[in-house]
Amino acid sequence: MTEGILTPGQVVEHFTGRFGTGIHHTRIDERREGKKKIPNYNIWIDLEKDLLKPAIGALMELHFPHLAVISGSDMGESLRLLYHFSIYYGRVKGEYTVTFAVMLPKADLSIPTISDLIPGAVFSEREKQEFLGVKVIGIPDDRRLFLPEDFPDGIYPWRKDGTGIPDSMVKDLWASKRPVDRPAPPLPEVPACRPDEGEKSGAPAGTETGKEGSS
Amino acid sequence: MSDESKKAPYIVPIGPNHPALKEPVMFTFEMEGEMVRDVDFAPGQTHRGIEWMGMRRNPVQIVHLTDRICGICGVSHTLAFARAVEQVTGIEVPERADYIRAIIAEFERIQSHLLWAGVAAHELGFDSLLHLTWRVREQSMDVIENLTGNRVNYGIVQVGGVRRDIVPEQHRIIEECLSTYEGLLGKLLNLFLDDKTITMRCRDCGVLSRKEALDLCTVGPTARASGVNVDLRQDYPYAAYGDLEVKAILPDQHLGETHGDVYDRIVVRLLEVGQSCQIIRQCLSEMPAGPFTAEEKLAKLLAICKKATGEAIGRVEAPRGECFHYVRMDGKEAPSTWKVKASSYSNLMSWIPMLRGEQIADIPIIVASIDPCLSCTDRVAVVRDGSSRILTKENLHRLSVEKTRRLQS
Repeated sequence: MTEGILTPGQVVEHFTGRFGTGIHHTRIDERREGKKKIPNYNIWIDLEKDLLKPAIGALMELHFPHLAVISGSDMGESLRLLYHFSIYYGRVKGEYTVTFAVMLPKADLSIPTISDLIPGAVFSEREKQEFLGVKVIGIPDDRRLFLPEDFPDGIYPWRKDGTGIPDSMVKDLWASKRPVDRPAPPLPEVPACRPDEGEKSGAPAGTETGKEGSS
Repeated sequence: MSDESKKAPYIVPIGPNHPALKEPVMFTFEMEGEMVRDVDFAPGQTHRGIEWMGMRRNPVQIVHLTDRICGICGVSHTLAFARAVEQVTGIEVPERADYIRAIIAEFERIQSHLLWAGVAAHELGFDSLLHLTWRVREQSMDVIENLTGNRVNYGIVQVGGVRRDIVPEQHRIIEECLSTYEGLLGKLLNLFLDDKTITMRCRDCGVLSRKEALDLCTVGPTARASGVNVDLRQDYPYAAYGDLEVKAILPDQHLGETHGDVYDRIVVRLLEVGQSCQIIRQCLSEMPAGPFTAEEKLAKLLAICKKATGEAIGRVEAPRGECFHYVRMDGKEAPSTWKVKASSYSNLMSWIPMLRGEQIADIPIIVASIDPCLSCTDRVAVVRDGSSRILTKENLHRLSVEKTRRLQS
């Protein structure tokens, strides 16, 4: 903030210079839209898990970062957590997003909380705990966020292994038929939409019907 | 609970359910007399698992799913998702499509902000103003219907462009709508901002300081009303906005000071309606000719998407703030990871500092002031002396109206 604005390349150097081999990979994505093709920049930094908090500290030296959200990906042997920040907002056409990605092996899914640095992160951290089974160490509020209270333990909807949503929990509503224990409908059932017949169909508009050809 | 509930503070749960909301919210208020001492909330009462569904569908199917994430931001989510997929696949969107996207997004902002203004007026007990704003909102809905074919789930944005062009005959309809709004804006500003009662109810009510707004990652008009200079249309060029001179609207530009209260949120939203009119007009006059989609044939589009590998971010300034989509594709039909961050997701935590220390009658307007789709105040149970009394939304609303009347007399 104090010594002017860094270019995207300098932002990357700010981290590679300080953390050296702890930074596994960096990438700057540039996207140009509209007639003038003015670029926007997305900076991606893959780093060591232990460096996450120091890196956020280093980011805060540049500008107080806005945390959009934490997202996560099941990569098989490990989970990839992505912390999506943006800096230099308020600067005309000069905002960059900075994403820190860390890999968590499934044997040790713990990650320190960042809510001491950015209080608003609790919301997203709670979501990651319930949807990916990550253990956020030191989270000030570890209740569930979106999932219902009676949701089974040990099931994490975004995981792609055995702890993901089992088939038995998926309700295929499209496959449901008319309940059998109801009285017969006042009018015989016809498919709601039959393109050939046009308006000749006797059913009033909006008549609910089951799948055509049922039974 | 049994002994605790007999003494002050009383615990007042609000919510959780209302069919109109994406995420109905369960509030728990700790009340001391009329004053809110602490607040807690639990969102997700109808989490639909849209991301889970998306990770089992292809991008062309997902754009229709994203249309349905929110009933009001029909284009923001689709645009954010499409932009992410376009970056992964390397699809270049035609310039004309960028302009059409911006025009629809601005109409969405107009109708959303007018809807919100009506809700705010209603919560304050100013129902004639509710009827005025909702009547004039219809015109923008009509234009959206004319441009996209739909009033709500627009279905206009597709990966690679848009699905319908804007033809010269439609310019007249758009122009008519814009001039109506520009003529009306002065009246609306006058009705909202110069009204003594609205000022008394909203000034220094539900304050969110600039520091809190930054710490809690708030976005959009809620953050701007607290003096945080953020607006993706200004900061982060996407679609046609890189070509335009959009400036974030901050309360101090117009009032000389920032309070970060409900009043400032009204100011920001109303002025943004005028700003959107200017943006649409500029987009219409500068819209380049050419195709409006990069790939018309869906089968080809799907083949491109299927081959793509990589990850990208799509960000869009929705009416309520930053709408953020992260997409990762691994060369399969469905994206391997998809994360949706709606704008209210970032704004909900700001309720806590806003509501602390306020009166029970101010809850509706403060909750509404971040524009969360208000229906969470649907049902309130007051637990007092161990017996509970259900406060319906009507009761709560009546309390708010009574407070307005008291101030007036």
